[in-house]
Amino acid sequence: MIAVADLTVCYGAAVALDRVSLQVARGEMVALVGANGAGKTTLLNALSGVVRPASGSIRINGRLAHVPEGRQLFPDLSVDDNLRLGAFRVRERDPGWVYEVFPGLVRVKKQHAGSLSGGQQQMVAIGRALMSRPDVIAIDEMSLGLAPLVVRELGRQLRALNAERGLAVLLVEQNARLALKLCTTAYVFETGRVVAHGSCEELARSALIAGAYFGAASEDVS
Amino acid sequence: MSDFVSYLIHGLAVGCGFALIASGLIIIHRVTRVVNLAQGMFAVVAGFAASSLLGLGLPHGPAELVAVLLAAGSGLLTGVVAIAKSGTTPQASLIATLGVGIFGYAVEILIWGDQPRSFSGLAGSFDVGELTLHKQYALIMLVTLAVFAALELFFERTYSGKALSACASNPHAASLVGISVTRMGLWAFAMGGGLGGIAGVLLTPLRPVSYDSDVLFFVNGFSAAILAGLKRPAFALAGGLTLGVAEAMVAGYAKASYQSSLALLLALAILIAQAARRPALHAAGD
Repeated sequence: MIAVADLTVCYGAAVALDRVSLQVARGEMVALVGANGAGKTTLLNALSGVVRPASGSIRINGRLAHVPEGRQLFPDLSVDDNLRLGAFRVRERDPGWVYEVFPGLVRVKKQHAGSLSGGQQQMVAIGRALMSRPDVIAIDEMSLGLAPLVVRELGRQLRALNAERGLAVLLVEQNARLALKLCTTAYVFETGRVVAHGSCEELARSALIAGAYFGAASEDVS
Repeated sequence: MSDFVSYLIHGLAVGCGFALIASGLIIIHRVTRVVNLAQGMFAVVAGFAASSLLGLGLPHGPAELVAVLLAAGSGLLTGVVAIAKSGTTPQASLIATLGVGIFGYAVEILIWGDQPRSFSGLAGSFDVGELTLHKQYALIMLVTLAVFAALELFFERTYSGKALSACASNPHAASLVGISVTRMGLWAFAMGGGLGGIAGVLLTPLRPVSYDSDVLFFVNGFSAAILAGLKRPAFALAGGLTLGVAEAMVAGYAKASYQSSLALLLALAILIAQAARRPALHAAGD
């Protein structure tokens, strides 16, 4: 589905990604974990073409939708309009099935997206990305600023999308515990490099991850 | 009919023209963050073109329509100069529109000369109860209402209108879902050109235009847009009508030459009041 090989991205003289290789199989849920500034977001931006790599290759089979950090909604347009605009590149623009995925949005479909709670906004952001009928969805910092209960609900919905529709998920998270619980495979980033990767179960047990990331993230999950 | 009522009607008709120019300014500013200093030029081009086309024997209706399309074309060209190169800042684009406006002078003088031009609009008048209404005034108001209704429908009901609003709301997100913000900006400039053109063909029968009438058109349109808070095109109608009536009263009861000073004073007062809170143009862009 996605194959990244030896990808290097520079911002001026600074190396943001250093020879990163990574794979996402069809229908797989993959987590990218690591501290702030480790290069996770840069990787997503390279995948969606926002930044240009200095070297290396990116292969994507199928359609990728990118849910950016901070959700980036159209705050003064309605929820319904936000969803419909997600389908700008495709012909089918009826958001009915997205309301089935996120029934909580039906009630607020006429409201301005900017007036919603953080959790609802994240649902709109994911829903808008779904409207482009992706095969893989890349979500940047899904849990940032959201209450644990809301995060758990979003996680459930992602799992359902993955199980029922075969949607592959690339989840970028500072909250490593959440990401490792939700996904099957994970890559650990540190200052632009992949320092570990493998099954989430193994990584969760490894002392490296526990020491480096669970300390800071543990107050977000309970 | 009392002086007051005739000033009022004249003010409303002229205010409709200001509102059309203002709505063009607002649409361009919302989508591109650029204050289009060439906005007055579109009205001048359309007024000149309509007078020439009528002189060539084209009937009313088609002549005005072609003139408006020409104005829309000049709007598109202005947009190409101002925003087509990616990475151009709104400040650089603003200066580019000023350049286009001045270049427009040269082109207009080359084609139409430096003398004012006009053409006759709808002749005659009709009575509504006690009121005697010039047909041209009625035409201006009807066309303006129809245009604003169409704009409202376009932005509220059509997918293209929503895509334009999306660029205004969050350009970064718009490009993420696949909307070309530059292309939408060019559409906005073309629309702004057409709206300025409609104002031009409607107002030229009331007051002849010359190549430098664009300053008056811009100042009045800008003031109306500022009165409307640079927010929604529909608000520009209220802003334009308020300004038109205020100017007509000043011209009627004080002195005609004060009226554009009034527009400037009003715009300045509002801008200063807004800037006291935060930079006015940025505030309006939020």
